Amino acid sequence: MNWDWDVVNDFMPEFWDGLLVTLQALALGSLIAFALGLVWAMAQRAPYAWVRWPVTAFTEFVRNTPLLVQLFFLYFVVPEWGPSMSALTTGIIGLGLHYSTYTAEVYRAGIAGVPVGQWEAATALSLPRGRTWIAVILPQAIRRVVPALGNYVIAMLKDSPMIAVIGAMDMLGAAENFSNTTFTIEAYTVVGIAFLVIAYPASLLIRVLERRLALTS
Amino acid sequence: MPSPAENPENVLKNDGSATAGDTDATAPAASSAPSESSSRAAGKELVRFDNVTKRFGDVTVLDQLDFCVDTGKHVTLIGPSGSGKTTILRLLMTLLTPEEGTITVDGQYLTHEERNGKLVKPSDKHVREVRKKIGMVFQHFNLFPNMRVLRNVMEAPVHVLGLSKDEAEQRAKELIELVGLSEHLDKYPSQLSGGQQQRVAIARALAMRPQVLLLDEVTSALDPELVAGVLDVLRDIALSTDITMLVVTHEMSFARDISDSVLMFDKGKIVESGSPDKIFSEPEHDRTKEFLATVL
Repeated sequence: MNWDWDVVNDFMPEFWDGLLVTLQALALGSLIAFALGLVWAMAQRAPYAWVRWPVTAFTEFVRNTPLLVQLFFLYFVVPEWGPSMSALTTGIIGLGLHYSTYTAEVYRAGIAGVPVGQWEAATALSLPRGRTWIAVILPQAIRRVVPALGNYVIAMLKDSPMIAVIGAMDMLGAAENFSNTTFTIEAYTVVGIAFLVIAYPASLLIRVLERRLALTS
Repeated sequence: MPSPAENPENVLKNDGSATAGDTDATAPAASSAPSESSSRAAGKELVRFDNVTKRFGDVTVLDQLDFCVDTGKHVTLIGPSGSGKTTILRLLMTLLTPEEGTITVDGQYLTHEERNGKLVKPSDKHVREVRKKIGMVFQHFNLFPNMRVLRNVMEAPVHVLGLSKDEAEQRAKELIELVGLSEHLDKYPSQLSGGQQQRVAIARALAMRPQVLLLDEVTSALDPELVAGVLDVLRDIALSTDITMLVVTHEMSFARDISDSVLMFDKGKIVESGSPDKIFSEPEHDRTKEFLATVL
């Protein structure tokens, strides 16, 4: 096998486009996963069964079906009776929604880990429910779960090439496209290294955050 | 050692409505309607349990309990563990709900709400309104670890009583001074000793200006050398203010110092009650003698 730097050079323009798509999907997908996951986790502690039950059913459904199927569904089925969105937007929503069901579990564990005495103290002070969540429970719960949330960002990065199946050309999609038309293999290597270059510093960053957020108690 | 402020009653005064000496003989003895009238009239019944039963599964923790506490009185609940003392405080704080009976605070139902002359399950709003009259200090402090000392004490006055930040901060600082922790305003609870944390918890409870303060074994979780500091603060508050107290404690000399009356519990019932002198010096009931022999 011969390594040809010229091939790498030729791939670069497409690589940068693909990288941009990957990073957009990762950043926006994470935001959706973080926000929606929190909504699911809080809804599952709602005092009303008619809130808890549908949320549990929906999150279980999403968590136990493949991301790939969900992407196809969002891209090909939903537009039949709903809005049709670009491949990238669909991919971002798909990734965010899928991972929100995992972050929901992370938040749930974090919330359950806040000692019951904190809820009792909030009751004893008559703090309203919303204030109890915002000022007392979530600040303690989220600190505990930042590392676990970060791990899901890295997992999402590694799942992001799936959005290429609906036509959102991420790094790997770009590499496949390039390699199939030029009958070369260098592009795959470049993309593999790129994943490592993004994921490793991200995991270091998570560890730093973990240390800075730790509540010494 | 704490250095309590000179005049705690000034800090604790309930918005000028009444101080220790005030009496308000015209206030109705009991009224189910929410009233703005002074509730501090001496001798008026402030807390009342009627026929209260609490069960956990098959275990009956409180058995058709009746008792009441008058305004300004300090009542200590003693008895072996499992006798239902802490359950009484937790029922009053609405952390538990009784299976039977009613609890009344300042003439208003805590466990129920009156609607069209009938007693029904209370709305959240009603519970919140009545519960504001009650404050509690817990065995394990339960300070908010994500907030500094000052904010722990300010949080509820700002978000529940609707005080301005400035007013709440000033009051919080006075209370923190009262418990002798002025140098620690900007520390997190984890940077304080257990005794200091408990004193912050006392300040936090007092910041809501409750009419009734519930103390649930507040020194049980402390190292022995830290107990005295907390008890000194509480003794000072008990003796210099008109706040009503319900105290569960194993510190019998503290109970003797601050109590107007002592209730001896066993198996969910009051077996004996009376002045601390009577209960501690000449108990009548065998169960009381037996219990005191183990703790004194």
